[in-house]
Amino acid sequence: MRLELKEITKRFPGVLANDRISISVDRGEVLGLLGENGAGKTTLMNILSGIYRPDAGEILIGGTVRNFHDPHQAIDAGIGMVHQHFQLVPVFDVVESVALGAETVTGWLGTFGRAAARRRVVELSEQHGLDVDPDAKIEDLPVGVRQRVEILKALYRKSDILVLDEPSAVLTPAETHDLFKIIRGLTAGGTSVIFITHKLGEVLEVADRITVLRRGAVAGTVKPADTSREELANLMVGRDVDLLVSKGPAKPAGVVLSVKDVQVMNDRLQMAVKGVSLEVRAGEIVAVAGVHGNGQTELVEAIVGLRTIDSGEIVIGGENVVHASPRRVADLGVAHIPEDRMRDGLIAGMTVEENYILDSYHRAPYSSRGWLHAQEVAAAAAQGVRDYHIQTPSIDTIASSLSGGNQQKVVVAREFSRRVKLVVAAQPTRGLDVGSIEYIHTRLVEQRDAGAAILIVSTELDEVLAVADRIAVMFDGRIAGILEGASATREAVGILMGGGE
Amino acid sequence: MTVWRRTILPALMPVLAVFTAFVVGSVFLFLTDIENLKHFPGDPVGTILAGLVNIGKAYSALVLGAFGVPAKLAAAMGSSDPKVIAGAIRPITETLVASSPLIFTGLAVAISFRTGVFNIGVEGQFIMGALGATVAVLALPDLPKPLLLILAVVIGTLSGALWGFIPGFLKARTGAHEVITTIMLNYVAAQVVLFGLRSDFLKPAGSSTPISKVLSTIVRVPLIFQLPAIRLHYGIVVALIMAVLVSWFMFKTTKGFELRAAGFSLMAARYAGMSAGGSIMLAMALSGGLAGLGGTLEVLGTVGQMSNDLSSGFGFNAIALALLAGNRPGGVVAAALLFGALRTGGGLMQVKTGIPLDLLFFVQALVIMFVAAPALIRSIYRIKVYSADGVTPQ
Ligand SMILES: Nc1ncnc2c1ncn2[C@@H]1O[C@H](COP(=O)(O)OP(=O)(O)OP(=O)(O)O)[C@@H](O)[C@H]1O
Ligand SMILES: [Mg+2]
Repeated sequence: MRLELKEITKRFPGVLANDRISISVDRGEVLGLLGENGAGKTTLMNILSGIYRPDAGEILIGGTVRNFHDPHQAIDAGIGMVHQHFQLVPVFDVVESVALGAETVTGWLGTFGRAAARRRVVELSEQHGLDVDPDAKIEDLPVGVRQRVEILKALYRKSDILVLDEPSAVLTPAETHDLFKIIRGLTAGGTSVIFITHKLGEVLEVADRITVLRRGAVAGTVKPADTSREELANLMVGRDVDLLVSKGPAKPAGVVLSVKDVQVMNDRLQMAVKGVSLEVRAGEIVAVAGVHGNGQTELVEAIVGLRTIDSGEIVIGGENVVHASPRRVADLGVAHIPEDRMRDGLIAGMTVEENYILDSYHRAPYSSRGWLHAQEVAAAAAQGVRDYHIQTPSIDTIASSLSGGNQQKVVVAREFSRRVKLVVAAQPTRGLDVGSIEYIHTRLVEQRDAGAAILIVSTELDEVLAVADRIAVMFDGRIAGILEGASATREAVGILMGGGE
Repeated sequence: MTVWRRTILPALMPVLAVFTAFVVGSVFLFLTDIENLKHFPGDPVGTILAGLVNIGKAYSALVLGAFGVPAKLAAAMGSSDPKVIAGAIRPITETLVASSPLIFTGLAVAISFRTGVFNIGVEGQFIMGALGATVAVLALPDLPKPLLLILAVVIGTLSGALWGFIPGFLKARTGAHEVITTIMLNYVAAQVVLFGLRSDFLKPAGSSTPISKVLSTIVRVPLIFQLPAIRLHYGIVVALIMAVLVSWFMFKTTKGFELRAAGFSLMAARYAGMSAGGSIMLAMALSGGLAGLGGTLEVLGTVGQMSNDLSSGFGFNAIALALLAGNRPGGVVAAALLFGALRTGGGLMQVKTGIPLDLLFFVQALVIMFVAAPALIRSIYRIKVYSADGVTPQ
């Protein structure tokens, strides 16, 4: 069905999030929606799915005006939304998650007709090539599969307009490839898809048309065939963006982080890191590449003191940190950007300013003798907001009202703002727009050149190849190989990531 | 915009909740006034008018009972007769006397809730504090008075703090859920108090009721006014100072920052290098300490004698109160004054109009209900709010 959003306007306190935005999607079409962090993409989609009501403007589906007062009405009108941050209940299984809230399948006396629901889930997943185990628990599933569950959820509700808000931010290249196959299958069947992403390559590959938003307004609509990454980046940010990081050769000095024969268990008490040895020297960037779930998370948590190791040794700046607390490790001069920032790196109910000092509130100049210094805190937070172009009405704004990417930037800005010996960054640019990625990569190289040792964990091949001086590929809890950054190729890294020789 | 979001909006909801509760309370008053309703079939308009008059009478008696009669207050201004002055200000001082323990217990609950710990044991901590102070006074009656008072206050506060620390420690070390342990410790505290009050050390010779020897002849918290039958003592001043201190602590110190962070997300607090267990124990000890101090000032200031019914549910009312106050110290003071006023004014209302005090408990319960269901109030008054989870309630 053809969907049209006309002159949509939405204001939040201090922000004009959507400024007379008009977009349209035809039946069976994929519309790519691009835009900087905070450009208003999620807000626009939340309006489409009935979560917010627009201040002005209208929604037309198949030519008739529809006004949604709540999400149920949007769902009934055939709009399915897969949110930027998934909304699944961890202890439910796939069938329960998919059927949750959809009253189409109820059994005798209104009980949950599991058998019927399961049949439909299996049917739908076969029909659309969404490979999932219907009886698996959500918490046991990798993100890529969770996303398929979200898509199934939308299909189960008979959506013919599917909105995917940054679906690929957390996916591996292979998972993204599968997702594109799914999208093509759906559009062939007449479903319209709105696909939000920050990855220019992806949008050029999958979209039929691309609309770019900038500061809440439409900056332009283009066809993939008539445009390029550079032009899209320029449309988004309003200036030319350097898509490649410029950096000189590394000048590695003394070893800052040394990991020896480390074994670490995951939460389910399975061995996740099966004997890893790795060194990071001052003045170099080492990237741990690998498909998500091959032990990188556990390795990082062990390094920063959040997980006890089973055997082996971890030394940071000459000190054995095997039994050190996270605070002790941080005090040694280690910055840590956690992988799940929404859960671990940020407190959604606190202000931008408070989040900015979340792990250094106890140090000068933010406090002394137990008293916080409001002025220094405010000054530092304001500086971080300026440097990292964090879009927020003020530093007193509650973090949860920032856009997804801007929340991420708060964490990154905080961790990069101090001079440290070692930076441990998991997925440092996940969810960020091209302009911000450029900025953060530049800062990483700056930190390196200032003598910091940098360990990044990334599932993004582009990122790994762009910034790393050395690349350690992890597979199944072990280091499958270490490559020199300068000479590594996509293919070589890709093969190691897949467990090949 | 900022002023609206930061101060007006948080205060608006509770104020509207209180207002709505009184409106519903009036409807209830009208419907239960059987005498008046009898006339309804014959004279509906007259009945409604009479009903309104009755409601007006009841609520004005409530206000006068809680804050004093303007004419009397005016007369007292020009008078030098202590009896006239006392008579005029007694309602308001009694309101303050009733509010003061609620400020302590309300702050105690608010600190724990802000840290994400549900201290349901404020009642127990309150009476343990009072018991500790009582024991201190009776053990060392011959100390110089000011010293004894200070010592008793310190011991009372520490007794409450210890009673709060125990469940905090259990939670931090063993994961025992604080709701269960604090409820249980309330029972234990009640029994400990009863046991203490049966001992010869605390009870007057020959007595069999669970009431201690009179403490006020040994030491008492100084009164603010030296007027006949005015009980208001400096406890209320301490309460207000504590509200300011708690606010400073929570928002201006690093420890307060840790507590609030833990209250929002234990996981993120841990990642930030904070000790979650430490925050829990500290919050519980502070919470218990505040409650204990409240109990101490109640027994050494207002009552002057320890008994097993020293607290008329101050600890339990505090949970509702902190909810109404949004866990803000300033809100706690305001809510405690409201609850105190209802308690004091209710007396006069009952005497003057024969409406039982229970109506006020009903109104109080409605207030809590409306506060607990903000969506209800928002939809009644069509307030637009951007909630923290980013979803706009329509
Ligand atoms: N619930 C809210 N309350 C207040 N402001 C909000 C709220 N939701 C979004 N905003 C503001 O609206 C603007 C647009 O946010 P939105 O989430 O739509 O951006 P986005 O394009 O999805 O960005 P990202 O790529 O970072 O996800 C931002 O400046 C954000 O701070
Ligand atoms: Mg977004």
